[in-house]
Amino acid sequence: MAAVNDVVIKIATVNGTGSASANGLLMKSIFRMGIPVVGKNYFPSNIQGLPTWYEIRVTGDGYQSRSDRVDIMIAMNAQTYAKDLADVRSGGWLLYDSTWPRNKLLHRDDVTVFGIPLSRMCNEHFEGARARILMKNIAYVGALAALLDIDLDIIKGQLEQTFADKKHLIDSNMEAIHLGYDYATENFVCPLPSKVEAMDATRGHIVIDGNTAAGLGCLYAGATVGAWYPITPSTSLMDAFRAFCQQYRVDPETGKRTYCIIQAEDELAAIGMVLGASWNGARSFTPTSGPGISLMSEFIGFAYYAEIPAVIFNVQRTGPSTGMPTRTQQSDIMSCAFASHGDTKHVLLFPADPQECFYMAQAAFDHAERLQTPVMVLSDLDIGMNDWMVPEFEFDESKIPDRGKVLSAEEIEAMEKFHRYLDVDGDGIPYRTLPGVHPKGAYFTRGSGHTKYGAYTEDSVAYQDVVDRLLVKWDTARTMLPEAEIRYSKFNKAAILTVGSGHGACVEALDRLQAQNISLNYCRARAFPFSDAVRDFIEKHEVVYVVEQNRDAQLRSLLMLDIDADPAKLVPLLHYNGMPLHPGFVVEKVLEEIAKGRAA
Amino acid sequence: MSYIAKPRVTHPNMPRNKLGLTARDYEGTVSTLCAGCGHDSVTAAIIQAVFELNVEPHMLAKMSGIGCSSKTPAYFVSQSHGFNAVHGRMPSVTTGANAANRELLYIGVSGDGDSLSIGAGQFVHAIRRNLNMCYMIENNGVYGLTKGQFSASADIGSKPKKGLPNQQEPIDPVSTALALGATYIARSFSGDKEQLVPLIQGALLHDGFALVDVISPCVTFNDHEGSTKSYAHTRQFYHHVVDADYVPPAEEIKAAYREGSAMPVELHDGSKIVLRKIDKDYDPTSRAVSFKFLRDRFNAGEITTGLLYIDESRKEMHDLMGNVETPLAQLQLDTLHPGKKELAKILARYR
Repeated sequence: MAAVNDVVIKIATVNGTGSASANGLLMKSIFRMGIPVVGKNYFPSNIQGLPTWYEIRVTGDGYQSRSDRVDIMIAMNAQTYAKDLADVRSGGWLLYDSTWPRNKLLHRDDVTVFGIPLSRMCNEHFEGARARILMKNIAYVGALAALLDIDLDIIKGQLEQTFADKKHLIDSNMEAIHLGYDYATENFVCPLPSKVEAMDATRGHIVIDGNTAAGLGCLYAGATVGAWYPITPSTSLMDAFRAFCQQYRVDPETGKRTYCIIQAEDELAAIGMVLGASWNGARSFTPTSGPGISLMSEFIGFAYYAEIPAVIFNVQRTGPSTGMPTRTQQSDIMSCAFASHGDTKHVLLFPADPQECFYMAQAAFDHAERLQTPVMVLSDLDIGMNDWMVPEFEFDESKIPDRGKVLSAEEIEAMEKFHRYLDVDGDGIPYRTLPGVHPKGAYFTRGSGHTKYGAYTEDSVAYQDVVDRLLVKWDTARTMLPEAEIRYSKFNKAAILTVGSGHGACVEALDRLQAQNISLNYCRARAFPFSDAVRDFIEKHEVVYVVEQNRDAQLRSLLMLDIDADPAKLVPLLHYNGMPLHPGFVVEKVLEEIAKGRAA
Repeated sequence: MSYIAKPRVTHPNMPRNKLGLTARDYEGTVSTLCAGCGHDSVTAAIIQAVFELNVEPHMLAKMSGIGCSSKTPAYFVSQSHGFNAVHGRMPSVTTGANAANRELLYIGVSGDGDSLSIGAGQFVHAIRRNLNMCYMIENNGVYGLTKGQFSASADIGSKPKKGLPNQQEPIDPVSTALALGATYIARSFSGDKEQLVPLIQGALLHDGFALVDVISPCVTFNDHEGSTKSYAHTRQFYHHVVDADYVPPAEEIKAAYREGSAMPVELHDGSKIVLRKIDKDYDPTSRAVSFKFLRDRFNAGEITTGLLYIDESRKEMHDLMGNVETPLAQLQLDTLHPGKKELAKILARYR
């Protein structure tokens, strides 16, 4: 199988050995040759010594999801060697460190094996244990450059950029590159039939992870207060926000900061801080993951009922309980949609990639302030921590952020009396005042029963009046959130519906099915509550395959609960083993359903 | 407990403060607590404290959690925003509120259940951050709304209305705060307004975390014979160790103090707290001395009161972080983003 710009390289190493920078160098080099790439990091919940894999998919077609095959395995970890060998597709290649003999029992006739004495060469050329380990990683990048025909000048250019002020590091890294490159050229037939070739398909694109993009989005949204408790896989979101703030939110003259990041004692406190800051008029947010949502739930219900804006990023990981902290899932859909006791429901946004993390981070603040309620951005580990190739972000300076119905001192002064929870405009959204603005604007924020005037109550009618009005607000939310992405043809009776990070795999699955003359429509919901467009879309189809990454078909349930979608139409396609969704899974499951007699 | 609307009675000759407001202007809705509840006296002390301090009502933020104590912010300064949070979480909400607007005065009213049990974690971390707030604990050793369970501040041997005496070591908010490095620590008694009012005033103006632990008896569930948080017990074992007088900015210290007993401490706004040592062995600026003294007296069964510790030198949360003076909530959003051109520069790193 000869293939240009359609090759999957998987690198098996031990975590804590510095392979991440080598893998990044490899992926970025291919990207800079103008070829679209997908990078996935499969890492353990551990600091050092456990198996870790990095997968680079070179996709000239520009697909966004991981592939379901491995063409070339870089088997650097003896611990996982058997499994890694088994993962290579028939006709593929495996590269290993031949410094130590390979177990002869592990052999496949249909895989070409390359042995390169990486450790021996690096031990001869470099001093110090750490340098030798690091350079061994760089050396396999060199070997791959030869095998895949990657432009050495581009690799060098990247090293020059990375180590701009450390010339000796550029030289030593290039030396390691050449150790691998030269050995491969001298001993093997290079390049392989599966190789790369420069193209022009990455112009206007960047390679970025979703947490960095969301952190950047918070900076551009004007967030000033960030409160958080460290939790994988959301931690790098606050790390990114902090780094951007250190660059852009420090007064060059006074050295004073225009941001306040507080590492809370736990998630209960983190969300409490967000509510206090939002109540006081700051744009405030917290990044967390599933266990954090569980802890925050009491306060999330409070914010729903007391009507306080809050932006919460849930970078989902594999549950239940501690689950697999470094694996991905979309299993917090239900716990977020209905977080907290009592009748509560919350606005959710579903970014599909880092680009949407940037835009939805900003939209989340607008919607939270407009709707005076928590807005949760449901990212996941795959989006948050993996590097995605996405179009460069844009920012419209003329767009005025929506701060919602906040009364100014003059407006309060002109009022006879201010009442916090009156539905003046009929959209279910009351007006609010900020502390410190005007004594006539004062009110008592409480999670206990209250009237539309804001007073404490245990009166049935007055209580119900407020909770019913919250439903009016809910329907207002339905009309203003990001609209679903829909691909529709009236000739198709069946469709795929998904949210978030499943998008790339679904789109590719649609193409693969099309190649088999199976044509499906597509809907990617981007927010909860679901819009009328999503409702109409489901109604127009006989079968809707609901593709999601959890065991219990949570998205499907939510469609039934929120827009009365007919359960008979909604066929769950569930992928929940902790690895990102891939198109092969979707295709296989759809074909199985069709074989059972479902409409195509 | 009363169901009637509170009549607004003002007398033309009522004293007015510098803002032209009377003490009535600092009142809230009518209390729904039990008749004789210590908390109502604390509410009255808070009203007097802010009236005398000439606090603009809208510049005060009233924070609380859940419990009898946490209801009380509704009973003072109606023209201030109030935030009645969830149980034990007042400190985190106040932390966020303060992060967003450092110009407001924050008074948090909590109880021994709210701060020493469910909210112990948040209480200690607010201290750790030296959050600029006045943190009141209305301490009665008992859960009132759920009808009489011991709280974490109940003393060993204290008897409940029904059942067996408490056997567990109490958590004392004062020595806890001292151990954690709080920068203003006071204890008083709801029945001693003369001592309590200046302690609240100093706490409001102190630049950092100020704890005011107030023994505030629960008349319904913990005011009987054998209770160590009753009015009778408190009055019997109550000792002033250090009293404090509040002296507004630019005013001279007028009171005559006994030689060597008065110790003026200047607050950040130019006002002063004059500490009057009743007990000559006491040093309210030394953590070690305070700790030993207070624990010894505690072991002897005494309830030590007054401004027990003060340190004006430590920075509060914002200054520790180096934040701007302007409240973050007042910064315009268009000044907070780096703009389109910078975005292009940032993204260049990811090409």
